[in-house]
Amino acid sequence: MMWSILIFIGILVALAVILFLAVIGIYNGLVGLRNRVKNAWSQIDVQLKRRHDLIPNLVETAKGYMQHERETFIRVTEARAKAMGAGAGSPREVGQAEAGLSDAMAKFLLTVENYPELKANENFLRLQEELTSTENRIAYARQAYNDDVLLYNNKIEMFPSNIIAGMFQFLKSEFFQIENVKERETPQVKF
Amino acid sequence: MWELIESNKRRSFWIFICLFLVLVTLGGLIGASFLPPDGAWWGIGLAMLLTAILGIVAYWAGDDIVMSVGHATMITKESSPQLYNIVEEMQIAAGFGRMPEIYIVADDALNAFATGIRPEKSAIAVTSGLVENLSRDELQGVVAHEMSHIVNRDVLFMTFSGVLLGSITMMSEGLLRGLAYTGGSRRSKLGSASRSHPALLIATIVFALLAPLLAKIFYFAISRKREYLADATAVRLTRYPEGLAGALEKIAGTENSLANYNRFTAPLFIIDPQELTAAGEENKELFSIGSTHPPVRERIQILRKLSGASFRDYQSAFMNLKKSGDLIPERMLRDKTSVPLRQGAPGPIQPPYGSVEPTKKQKSRDIGDLLMAVGGFIFLPCACGLRIKVPPTIGKTSLPCPRCGRILFLPSVTAAVAQQDDEQVRKGTADDDTLVYERKSESWESFSCSCGYPIQLSPLFHANVIQCRNCKKKIEIRYPETTR
Repeated sequence: MMWSILIFIGILVALAVILFLAVIGIYNGLVGLRNRVKNAWSQIDVQLKRRHDLIPNLVETAKGYMQHERETFIRVTEARAKAMGAGAGSPREVGQAEAGLSDAMAKFLLTVENYPELKANENFLRLQEELTSTENRIAYARQAYNDDVLLYNNKIEMFPSNIIAGMFQFLKSEFFQIENVKERETPQVKF
Repeated sequence: MWELIESNKRRSFWIFICLFLVLVTLGGLIGASFLPPDGAWWGIGLAMLLTAILGIVAYWAGDDIVMSVGHATMITKESSPQLYNIVEEMQIAAGFGRMPEIYIVADDALNAFATGIRPEKSAIAVTSGLVENLSRDELQGVVAHEMSHIVNRDVLFMTFSGVLLGSITMMSEGLLRGLAYTGGSRRSKLGSASRSHPALLIATIVFALLAPLLAKIFYFAISRKREYLADATAVRLTRYPEGLAGALEKIAGTENSLANYNRFTAPLFIIDPQELTAAGEENKELFSIGSTHPPVRERIQILRKLSGASFRDYQSAFMNLKKSGDLIPERMLRDKTSVPLRQGAPGPIQPPYGSVEPTKKQKSRDIGDLLMAVGGFIFLPCACGLRIKVPPTIGKTSLPCPRCGRILFLPSVTAAVAQQDDEQVRKGTADDDTLVYERKSESWESFSCSCGYPIQLSPLFHANVIQCRNCKKKIEIRYPETTR
């Protein structure tokens, strides 16, 4: 009689310990994921800054060749200022402002097609490579961020981690979307 | 991404166990047959020691493998911005914490590889031939493939399973050679073997014959699978399979073969150079159980059939082609989110600047250019990246670019009177007045005078007037407004 009670209690304790360990494991997993999402977001931030820094140089170089494209320059400069202003916002706000800048840059690059001398300028070629790379970096950083967010949000929604997530208030993260997907694509050169 | 790494680790663990069991069994059997009582344990201990030594050697040698491939130059952001950018983009896409070192191997062959047993010491090396011949997107595909090897920890895995394979091979070869040496007479030096049962001895010999084969099959099968996985991951990173497919096609189609590689470094390359050297088209398709890489054509076919960039898509394309196979672990395929592919970006590849040694082809081209410049040729750069060399006798003011078809105007003087806002002034409208040429940049420029004679301006030319050496007319040189 005595023994069976002891065994019963022992089993209960063991179960409690296992449960506790599982909770710790899931909690740590969630924290790890949340940090990864944060880190991925700061990566995007870095790349967006890079883009903002690059644009004035590009505009300066192009100005000498494209004296009749004032409007294009003004549009790019304004879009850049707007995007920089949205820097600290939520992923959605940043996404919208950056979409405006992407749009302006795409139009600018299309205009550049009319100036073969500019396109052959070595300095401009370098800057253009930097721009291409920056656009790629933003796309790739966004891709990595969204992958992480997906993983994290899934964990928050799925059983059993959703219980822990609810208990410790892990909130779902927002995806980073750059609106107007059509205009996000690099402009195709037409002959 | 991360789950793939996890499942890779688990899978590698089992392969290690299998290889390890083969090793231990072999050691035990040899020990039991030829060593004094309790010899089995001695045999196992000896096998372990051998593996440990090989492992340590491989661990230290592994980092220097780039150097063993020959003339490799480490590049920086300044010396070769485009390649650096491409690698950094992939590092971002993979969410990999550290920028790998980048090397360019001066070699006209097209190939690339990744090294680094520890992620902190990882490096990607590409040949200069690769950088010259691939487009930006193709180069990106190759770099993505190598980056996948790094994040999937393939180098570590392949090195250490290579070590296990190596020690298994060494032990069985040692045994078999030893037996052949002493002839059939087991009662001589290996006298103690007489104590062991003949059946045991036969079992040992049979196993010693089989073990390396068995281990090789394990090793090569896994190596091939990892190549497919690296392709799948590369697509997942770039979302642009055509880049990698095009690159593989070019690499497989090249006739130059790599100058320096050996049996041990060969499996590291994106396409095994040993298989490339095997001349002839049909040999390239030759696929044997002893290949570390899957046939190139199959890899390209799979890449071209992809309808999306997710692992699911790769798996189904793989299944369609091979009609079998569990390439990607089940856990990975549960995620049903579709991953769309993207469009390729236009833009020519840029030459690496600075320190990389020019190849022979480049050198001879430079000399040719110099001679042409002396001969009065005009160099006309086109937006598509081509540089057209126009002979002085062309007698036209414009010509279409032979590559992209754009109409290019020969730079020439314009008459000063017509210099209003109209940019498209043709030459020759006012031949007698002052002639004007507007400089476009600060580098070398050439243009033709109204008499058709070519004039070259060097970067150092800063005067306002130049005289044509043919018709003695004075031409005013204007400089672009300095940008504020």
